[in-house]
Amino acid sequence: MERKKYQEIVKKYTPKENRIYNGLIAFITGGIVGVIGELLLNFYAYIFHISTKDASSFMIVTLIFISAFCTCLGFFDKLVNFCKAGLIVPITGFAHAMMSAALDYKKEGLVTGIGSNMFKLAGSVIIFGVCSAYFFGIIRILIFGG
Amino acid sequence: MIYLNAFIFCGFICLIGQIILDNTKLTPGHVTTLFVVIGAFLDIFDIYDKIIKWAGAGAMVPITSFGHSLIHGALDKASDFGIYGLFLGMFDLTSTGIVAAIVFAFLLSLFFKPHD
Repeated sequence: MERKKYQEIVKKYTPKENRIYNGLIAFITGGIVGVIGELLLNFYAYIFHISTKDASSFMIVTLIFISAFCTCLGFFDKLVNFCKAGLIVPITGFAHAMMSAALDYKKEGLVTGIGSNMFKLAGSVIIFGVCSAYFFGIIRILIFGG
Repeated sequence: MIYLNAFIFCGFICLIGQIILDNTKLTPGHVTTLFVVIGAFLDIFDIYDKIIKWAGAGAMVPITSFGHSLIHGALDKASDFGIYGLFLGMFDLTSTGIVAAIVFAFLLSLFFKPHD
């Protein structure tokens, strides 16, 4: 009985998240990240006189550096709290996960802290990406012949 | 025009991610992992290449392009070496992103302290 009452009270006072507002914010911020990527892509293609396909790696490295650096300065976490999926789903979220894991475990030492925990959050992306790419690659070779 | 396409596609992927986060108990880790698998899956039928042509960087920035690049590099090598080529070429195209993330995260973590 006591527990039931407690849960009712908790339910009453937990803030209700506005899902439409969250979705709109994620859509807009995610779109802005995409536009920034496109701007960087054209910028590098123009500066270095290379094709947009080659410029894409420059663009990815720039975005990763920006998000890692902003995580170090401390305000990227606040941005992620505000934008949520708008910054988690782009490649910035991958860099943010690695950077914050590296910072959190820094006090445990270089090897046992940073070295073994850096992929704690981002490792699942690489492992599932590689495994799924391998199996889908086999399927594609068997069906379409490569 | 491609800027608008990039805005729409990248925003749309993030919107799907936010809907999954809000309506299920999955964590951000689950969502990014799911998107990587979807990106790899879409490359079986060459769908993602068409999206990249349409949306440009809007399709390269989301984490789905990570899965797409993994399978794309693997298939490039597989055309020369058969199924064994999948081992050779898996990281060909994504190595920039992974190496950049590792190097920056390591170097910057030496100089900065964690914030609460």
